[in-house]
Amino acid sequence: MEFDNSKPIYLQIVDFFYENILVKRWAEEERIPSVREVAMMVEVNPNTAIRAFNHLQDLEVIYNKRGIGYFVASDGFTKVLNIKRKEFMEQMLPDVFKKLSLLDIPFDELKNAYNQHKNEKE
Amino acid sequence: MLTIKHLNFNYPKSRSVLKSINMNFEAGNIYGLFGKNGEGKSTLLKIMTGLLFPKNGSCLLDGYEMGKREVQSLQHIFLVPEDFELPSISIQSFEKVQSCFYPQFSQKQFYELVKEFQLSPTDNISKLSFGQKKKVLIAFGIATNTKLLLMDEPTNGLDIPSKSQFRKVMASVVDENKCVVISTHQVRDLHSLINHVMILDNAQVAFDQPLHKVSDGLWFGKPSSNDPTELIYSESSFGGKAIVPRLDKNETEVDLELLFNGVLSAPDTINAIMNQTQHDERV
Repeated sequence: MEFDNSKPIYLQIVDFFYENILVKRWAEEERIPSVREVAMMVEVNPNTAIRAFNHLQDLEVIYNKRGIGYFVASDGFTKVLNIKRKEFMEQMLPDVFKKLSLLDIPFDELKNAYNQHKNEKE
Repeated sequence: MLTIKHLNFNYPKSRSVLKSINMNFEAGNIYGLFGKNGEGKSTLLKIMTGLLFPKNGSCLLDGYEMGKREVQSLQHIFLVPEDFELPSISIQSFEKVQSCFYPQFSQKQFYELVKEFQLSPTDNISKLSFGQKKKVLIAFGIATNTKLLLMDEPTNGLDIPSKSQFRKVMASVVDENKCVVISTHQVRDLHSLINHVMILDNAQVAFDQPLHKVSDGLWFGKPSSNDPTELIYSESSFGGKAIVPRLDKNETEVDLELLFNGVLSAPDTINAIMNQTQHDERV
């Protein structure tokens, strides 16, 4: 059995950034809220917010213009997409497969459910 | 910024409340001060503001002894106590009378906070509820812009939306020049604000660590049954959580309640791991 863990707050803030970028609320080359604004938004210690900013800067999803603020990188959307895809394939999918085999659900049934869901959306 | 050295305190004819305490508070942090009832948290805050005098040892704010109650130190410190009496005057008059003691006081900030807490400057303080009075004092304390802001159970008496407002406000006021110390039992209200934990137990400092070090050394959660690492502390309730050494596991958020209980039950084990982690960093 795997360890169950509750994610550190700074990584949850990182996820909040990812989501804003993926739904294009924050566009590429657009200025994003400051450390202080983010800390207020999510009600955390500014030091925790800084950790999230540093993490995203290391991954080159955002960059800092000295004296102006933080911006989404020009290829920020693609970067986030790749990060989240990797996370899904490596972390979530194995759990889904485990459940499928535990509940003995054939792959075709999953495929049908997926197609049905897609049709309903359209 | 504020340094406490070899400090002892007891109330007349009773046991020691604080025994040879050493602590150091630095700007840019929000400290969480925890301890069981009657462990001396409020006493410590009163000594830090010069309201009580230590039996021996020192409590210095940038070199000034707090017990001497000098202007140079008192103008840089503000305490929001748990219980308080406020005069029967309007919020506006209160501000006029009190603000002159604090050179960095911002009138603009005070009235913005008063508005944010849905109070009116003309309200008479004695007509307000306990929670509203507390908000007046919190707003005033923040607006003094003192280097050191001490708060004793600040969220007691605040309604649910105000607790969230309080966190927002606190997140916005802390900067590299300011130090905040919050003493509380309401761990869940304030968990996301605190970045350094101090725990008092048996009249001594049982734990004193920044949270990022804690999450470096310890892992919080539900361990698997076949994990070989020994449990440092565990709770037997359904889905019981435990503290184990982190080693190479993923970082987890520090569970403050669990940490508090863990420190009370196994202080030596936990501190040994913390010192080990610090040692590794230095190498």
